[in-house]
Amino acid sequence: MLKFTLLRRTCKQAAALTIAREDRALKLNDAVALRLHMMACKACPEFENQVLTMRAAMGKWRNDPAVEDEKP
Amino acid sequence: MATLTFEEQLVEHRVYLMRFARLQLRNDAWAEDAVSETLLAALSKPQTFGNRSQLKTWLVGILKHKVIDIIRCHTREVSTPDSDIDNEGDELDRLAFKADGHFVEPPASWGDPHQTLQQRQFFEVLDTCMERLPPTLGRLFLMREWLELSSQEICKELALTPTNLYVQLHRARLRLQECLNIHWFGQRTR
Repeated sequence: MLKFTLLRRTCKQAAALTIAREDRALKLNDAVALRLHMMACKACPEFENQVLTMRAAMGKWRNDPAVEDEKP
Repeated sequence: MATLTFEEQLVEHRVYLMRFARLQLRNDAWAEDAVSETLLAALSKPQTFGNRSQLKTWLVGILKHKVIDIIRCHTREVSTPDSDIDNEGDELDRLAFKADGHFVEPPASWGDPHQTLQQRQFFEVLDTCMERLPPTLGRLFLMREWLELSSQEICKELALTPTNLYVQLHRARLRLQECLNIHWFGQRTR
């Protein structure tokens, strides 16, 4: 826990920040640390892709009336 | 097609409106009220629209206001403290991390989002996953994602602290991802 440095995040921390970013702005050092982590990690970009897909899906679900159009 | 009266066009959209109202309110009687009031309001100011989508968008706009009114009337029932809003540990633990903070198993690949969002069935599964959220969590998530209320507004309506709201929203998002992992991406990726 103490080897936690200013710009180092574990995958668990990175996942927490990735999901938190959907609802609030990250602190600058967190945002930078997250970017750095994403560049170095293989797993977390997949998680980020899930979160971003969800974001896009909710946007489409909310705004595109055709998406859920009932078949007459 | 052009022969439908305004009333008939409204009735056509009732089922569609009910789905949103139910999903948001999680109470059939309240949902009926919200939709009835929406249709009444629409009837009182008939308008012509170029196509179905425009009428729908207009109706959904009215519905959102009616739904917010209903949430306000029922604030206490909507956010009872003994409901599913409480602490059940760290939701991130569902993702399973090792002691050193690494994933036990890497997250599933969801592939190309554009391709996913082209598929109507994906949205049917998404709908089902939203329905499966516990009622309080579902309401709160949709207040953000469908009603598009600000954090302050949601906190005020549900008497939550911002921290609690964020925890709940994250919990809802992770649960939806988990549900989609199982019911949509699971079959596809492996």
